[in-house]
Amino acid sequence: MIDAVGNPQSILVLGGTSEIGLAVVEAFASDRPLRVVLAARPSDRLDAAKKRLETAGCAVETIDFDARATDTHADVVRKAFAGGDIDVALVAFGVLGDNEQAWTDVSAAVELAQVNYTAAVSVGVALADRLREQGHGALVALSSVAGERARRSNFVYGSTKAGMDAFYSGLTEALRPHGVVVTVVRPGFVHTRMTEGLKAAPLSTTPDAVAAVVVDAVRSKKELVWAPAPLRLVMSVLRHLPRAIFRRIPA
Amino acid sequence: MSSRSTSLSGWGRTAPTLAEVITPHRPEDVAATIAAAGPRGVIARGLGRSYGDPAQNAGGTVLDMTGLNTIHSIDPDTGVVVLDGGVSLDTLMRAALPHGLWVPVLPGTRQVTIGGAIGADVHGKNHHSKGSFGNHVLSLDLVTADGTIRTLTPDGPDADLFWATVGGMGLTGVIVRASVQLHRTESAYFVVDTDRTADLDELMALLTDGSDDSYGYSAAWFDTTTTGAQLGRAVLTRGSLAKVDELPVKKRAQPLTFDAPQLLTFPDVFPSGLANPVTLRAFSELWYRKAPRRQRGAIQNITAFYQVLDLFGDWNRVYGRRGFLQYQFAVPFGAEDTFRRIVEKIAASPHASGLNVLKRFGAGNKAPLSFPQPGWTITVDFPVAPGLHRFCDELDELVLSAGGRLYLAKESRTSAAAFARGYPRLDEWRKTRAAVDPEGVFASDMSRRLELT
Repeated sequence: MIDAVGNPQSILVLGGTSEIGLAVVEAFASDRPLRVVLAARPSDRLDAAKKRLETAGCAVETIDFDARATDTHADVVRKAFAGGDIDVALVAFGVLGDNEQAWTDVSAAVELAQVNYTAAVSVGVALADRLREQGHGALVALSSVAGERARRSNFVYGSTKAGMDAFYSGLTEALRPHGVVVTVVRPGFVHTRMTEGLKAAPLSTTPDAVAAVVVDAVRSKKELVWAPAPLRLVMSVLRHLPRAIFRRIPA
Repeated sequence: MSSRSTSLSGWGRTAPTLAEVITPHRPEDVAATIAAAGPRGVIARGLGRSYGDPAQNAGGTVLDMTGLNTIHSIDPDTGVVVLDGGVSLDTLMRAALPHGLWVPVLPGTRQVTIGGAIGADVHGKNHHSKGSFGNHVLSLDLVTADGTIRTLTPDGPDADLFWATVGGMGLTGVIVRASVQLHRTESAYFVVDTDRTADLDELMALLTDGSDDSYGYSAAWFDTTTTGAQLGRAVLTRGSLAKVDELPVKKRAQPLTFDAPQLLTFPDVFPSGLANPVTLRAFSELWYRKAPRRQRGAIQNITAFYQVLDLFGDWNRVYGRRGFLQYQFAVPFGAEDTFRRIVEKIAASPHASGLNVLKRFGAGNKAPLSFPQPGWTITVDFPVAPGLHRFCDELDELVLSAGGRLYLAKESRTSAAAFARGYPRLDEWRKTRAAVDPEGVFASDMSRRLELT
């Protein structure tokens, strides 16, 4: 249960090696250790994440999860809830891809769409089912500002995030009457493995800073947040710029 | 019985969750609901005055017990009342007074059901003289997980289950009926003495000089917004039920009259943040100043003496949408330093509290989860605000290191481990509970949060 002041007892991270996902767990754990379920493909990185969280006092369980294998998702989510209620479910997986390859190569484009959109929708449906049954919980989806307006430099990624953002924004409304809060998080440029070597955009941020935004959103039951917060205004302006001006903004 | 999907929270209006609410009107309805319970189980709910989450059950069933509200008999000779679990203490008090009978334990509000009063083993200003509610229960009828109705007594063959039900927060079964020993009174008024103290030390001196035992009822309001020489300045009010010849002449004709209209009901329009350090400081100043420095023998009714908040409907709305929590703990005698440090800590923090109560507890009872233990209890209210979770965790540490504990009727945010630390007999209670509900039919948000079962 999430208590009166927003402390959760358990958290599920889909994309269990996501840097932002793990930063969120650590941010919660720094206040009060909790039960953690990490769903990811088995890897050394997953083992290391498990160890690190255990050192922080958390009880950690790992579950084999492949975003591409959508037919297994219902089962993965069932396993994740087998150990008791999940108070916070975090959809944290995703790939950035190479935009030039993605818009010229069918298989690269489909791969991006399947992981970032199809799989996100698939786990979303499975999670919604379980959360509705338990009558409480928070579902957090890591979207991106890239989905708010497609840019030449990363529009394939942006299109997948636009789709998943729309799905989870709708899910927010669908799950509201069931006592479940869905939060869509739109980070800007975050310094992670995924963005390594890329030129940082203005208002770039870190996994820890995004985690702080997520924790605050869960504690205060916010349904849509930007990380960092000023991006809300920036994106609102960018969305309304005429194309002729928008395309001149350096990527 | 129809069920309706309802969002429920406690009096603090925090952490609402959804449950199917069913209103039974007969004990058989309760048994039928239990038999039909789904995997998320069942919990009974009374008038929803617990601050946290003991009377809500996310994804499961909640029994609205206010449908079982008959007073079956009051024996004017023995003072024994037999009544349904959903009868409120307010209803009981009004029914008992014409017979010259008084409800032996009244908490800060009368809007509590009999089932709730037993389930939380509530206490009042007279704990040091009369103990908690469970001490006055002669027997109770409990619908258990198997659907049977068991009659339990404090010393009978099922005494373990009786005492596990007292303070058991509804997790042993559903209390459908009880027989309670009322006390005699000549009037519905109190003779009240008031002392205003300059600081916490002066208050403690008054509470420990032996004078407390000459009053049936005693509790102090204290200030958590003042520091230094005024740290914990307080208003101590103590009294006893008045005898007829102590009343002013015009009240003697009808000494058992009780009249406490609800002055107003607050609308749900208050913003969070209205109760803030500035307004709470002003409130505290006013509350302190309006009290007489020293007064003897004032005649007051129970609303004036200690259920002031019963004058207002839905007063919890004043704290706004974010809600608030009540932090109540008990520490044994000898741990006076701890609550001095806690009062200092609150005064120095950005978290202000207006409604603060200090009371000396008497002996505890046999119930493993009953809250009162010999020593001191303090209650403070905090509006939910950023950082409150950490602040309360720090308070927990001070309380628990001093051998203290937290009160489940108020609890809404501690950890399972911290709760267990305060209740060394928790495992004994769990064993009794598990024997009567092996499948875990009875469950609440609180039982999941604090891993009680």
